[in-house]
Amino acid sequence: MAAMVITITSGKGGVGKTTATANLGVALALLGKRVVVVDSDIGLRNLDVAMGLENRIVYDIVDVTEGYCRLRQALIRDKRVSELYLLPAAQTRDKTAVSPEDMVRLCDQMRDDFNFVLIDSPAGIEQGFRNAIAPADEVLIVTTPEVPAVRDADRIIGLIEAEEKGPASLIINRLKPEMVRYGNMLTTADVIEILAIDLIGIIPEDEAIIVSMNKGIPIALDDANRASLAFHNIARRLLGEEVPFLDIREMPNLIERFVRFIRQG
Amino acid sequence: MASVSIKGTKNGLLVTLGQGELASLLAELEERLSGTASFFKGGQVALQVGQRQLSVEEIGHIKALLAQNEVALETVISEAPGTRAAARHLGLETKRSPRTEPRPERRAEEDFAEPFVPLRAGLSRGEFGEGALVRCTLRSGQVIRHPGHVVVIGDVNAGAEVIAGGDIVIWGRLRGTVHAGAAGDDQAIVCALDLAPTQLRIGKRIARPPEGKPRRRSIPEIAFVQEGRIIVRSWKASR
Repeated sequence: MAAMVITITSGKGGVGKTTATANLGVALALLGKRVVVVDSDIGLRNLDVAMGLENRIVYDIVDVTEGYCRLRQALIRDKRVSELYLLPAAQTRDKTAVSPEDMVRLCDQMRDDFNFVLIDSPAGIEQGFRNAIAPADEVLIVTTPEVPAVRDADRIIGLIEAEEKGPASLIINRLKPEMVRYGNMLTTADVIEILAIDLIGIIPEDEAIIVSMNKGIPIALDDANRASLAFHNIARRLLGEEVPFLDIREMPNLIERFVRFIRQG
Repeated sequence: MASVSIKGTKNGLLVTLGQGELASLLAELEERLSGTASFFKGGQVALQVGQRQLSVEEIGHIKALLAQNEVALETVISEAPGTRAAARHLGLETKRSPRTEPRPERRAEEDFAEPFVPLRAGLSRGEFGEGALVRCTLRSGQVIRHPGHVVVIGDVNAGAEVIAGGDIVIWGRLRGTVHAGAAGDDQAIVCALDLAPTQLRIGKRIARPPEGKPRRRSIPEIAFVQEGRIIVRSWKASR
């Protein structure tokens, strides 16, 4: 089957790596692909929480690399989707428990059985990040339209190019339609101009994502949500489809427009 | 910056020996390896030595030192033909540093992770030797140091630095920090297609862009020192 290994990283923390990993995993699985999502944030795992699979963890990635269990035993099947699995991180160890070589070996073991291996990278540029990108065939950089996040993304892109893991593609997360419309936020064009890499998706800011993370139900399972649609579009682009980008400015619904009209009046 | 650098690459470890006494470099290398022995264990090593002349005995010594730490010396990367010949004598592969080969499309941090040559104070403008041409975008965290002039074809993003003994020309957007005439030369200039640095230094002077609204126009500009201050002019006006 020869899986494609995709690492999702950002440099800065809190920009949405875990959200993106969980939702792309769900979206790809809903498109009929066999998918594993791997949490490489050893010591600070939370992909399992975002996916609502925390209470099913028995073995984790360190148990596999240290030979305490077989890979198959550590994979947790997400029952809401047909072929989606989670390989959780260890919570009681740290980043040095796994080496880049371990990660390459682990991913090679999974290549035959799956279409996609998605690796959720920890924030930062230290060993956890090195581990996460070592096996990558492709890298997705998540950033928000804020200067500090874009700065860190730039640094990360430089490191990825040095490791010859590029070209990376960019996901712009938490774009606020309101603020973009009034020119109070970096626009997509601003971010692309600075980073000069290909854009693969724009995720609009949506409170429903926060709710979904808290509940452990990825938003991509909701087919009526705009952010969910944005993740599904990225999944289709990963499969090579040409999908037009959502027009973020169209986003506010009738009620929001009405409220704004009243306020202005 | 450490004079011995050890980096992981796709093909194994890259050990770079910088300037200084060979004996002290080797002591430092040994210390670094023994401190992290298990991490490097079983790896293959490419040794990068730049212009340094090494004899067969010296390379043999380095090979033995690496072998003690359970890593195998495979390749010697050097500009000095004598060093490469000595390495071949020991059955090692040899390469010239990738920097000397034409490779215009590469954008790699490793090319710039080490200074080309450490900057020395008191160089006069005639002594700079060659300029450095950098054909890539410099991203946050990447640094170019060069004792001569530096030309960058590409952008210098915020968080990146260019430090030159001579002039700096950026054929692209300058958003990072640059220091022209870094050895104290006030005659140096900086020019860019879009000059909007985080900080601009010439010789011993430092300038920041004016606070306030980010400018919307982008025109080629040149910065130089006049009457002890850094002045920025449009390229056209300065002709």
